[in-house]
Formats: sequence, C-alpha cells, structure tokens
Amino acid sequence: MKSLNEMRMTVESRSVNEGFARVAVAAFASQLDPTVEEISDVKTAVSEAVTNCIVHAYPKTVGKIYISAAIYKNGLLKIRIKDNGVGIPDVKKAMEPLYTSLGGERAGLGFAVMESFTDKVRVRSTVGKGTTVTLEKKMCGRDE
Amino acid sequence: MAARIIYEKDKMTVRLEGDLDHHGAAIIRAGIDDAILVNRPKTLVLDFGGITFMDSSGIGLVMGRYRLMQSLGGEIVMSNMPKNIKKVMRLAGLEKLGRMEDEEVKV
Repeated sequence: MKSLNEMRMTVESRSVNEGFARVAVAAFASQLDPTVEEISDVKTAVSEAVTNCIVHAYPKTVGKIYISAAIYKNGLLKIRIKDNGVGIPDVKKAMEPLYTSLGGERAGLGFAVMESFTDKVRVRSTVGKGTTVTLEKKMCGRDE
Repeated sequence: MAARIIYEKDKMTVRLEGDLDHHGAAIIRAGIDDAILVNRPKTLVLDFGGITFMDSSGIGLVMGRYRLMQSLGGEIVMSNMPKNIKKVMRLAGLEKLGRMEDEEVKV
C-alpha cells in the first residue's frame, strides 16, 4: 500500500521531548481534518510509546527515538516509534494492563492506553536490539 | 506543568495545570508529597481542571499519591478528570482509588 504522505523525525530520549513528539505527530495528522477527540487520542498514544522509550528502552543513557508517520487512503494513519534500546523480554507480559517492570510511579498502563486510543498496536522487540511499536488509527474526520 | 496547592482545614487541594505526562509529573511530584507530609490532610483533592494533556503517567501520579494518603489514613478525590483518562482508569479498575467529582472545586 502506497502512502499519500509521510514524515520522519528523530528525537533524543529526553523527557522534555515527550511533548514535542506528540504535538509534531498530531500536527502531521491534522491534514486528515480529524475531530478534537481523534487528535487527543493520537497525542496520548504517541506520548505513551515515546515515554516507554525514555523510561524503559534507554534507562540510563540518552538514545535516539525514530518516529515516522504516514497517511493512507480513507484516512488511515500509521505511526511507527522505534528505538535501539534494551528491548522487551516478554512483550505479552509487558502489554498486560497494570504490569510494570519498574513499579513505583509507573501505572503500567502505557500499552493499555495505546490499545484503547488506536485501532491497532503492533510491538516487535528484540532484547539488546530495540523495540518498534506501530500504531494504526483510522481518522474519520469531522465530516462523517 | 504547575501545581497550585490550597489548604482549608483537613482538606488540601492540588490544582494541576499544564501537560501532565512523565516529564510534567516528575516536576511536581516532590512538591505535592512534601505538602502532604507537612500538612497531613484527611482529604487530598487532585483537581485536573487546568490540565491541557494527560497520559498514563498522570494515572501513575494518582496511584502514588493514593498510596501515600492511604499510609497516612486519608483519602483522595479526583476532580475534573479528563474524559478519555477516566475511561482508561475504569478499564483498569482504578476508579476505586478515590471519589471522582466533576464539579469545579471551590477555592
């Protein structure tokens, strides 16, 4: 499937970039004329994925987070968030609501939020190599 | 991200303002906990009315303050929680952490 438009960006895994990343992706998605709620869903899902990179993928270092987004026919938005961090040993467990490998201040709801605010979440991870999260959401827009 | 803290008798209200993500939560957390430990309120009201964005890090902030208030024998009230976040908290069964109120907290 060929995309109608694409964007790519790289940010460092500093927490101050969480806001920048979600707003940048939301700005790209805005060409689909989405509703306020759709944009809010995209922002929240991206924020979760980027926060995971900062908190989990690069726990003690600053690494690169590769973010890309593409638009397809019928308002389909695909977002990819990739890191070269530590990887997830058990993806199924990591995706369980309320599970967190860190405890304390982490709610363990990152993937649950991504799943609840998008149509499809795909996670590919290799320990020691990194993780790629792909989010898909159909933006119905304001005229439907 | 900012947190304005208002005391009245046994109640402490924290009015949260700005983007409550992992970055924002880290900025305000210690200040809120210090205020709780000094004032020992019976009720902690977290007012989300001034929040412009919130993700699961905000839920983590609530869970952490819930634990602290519980250890001190107090309760928490969540006021003006964003609709989408309320949905996620319900899914995770977290609405039991405290009372949810939608009306503006009078200050």
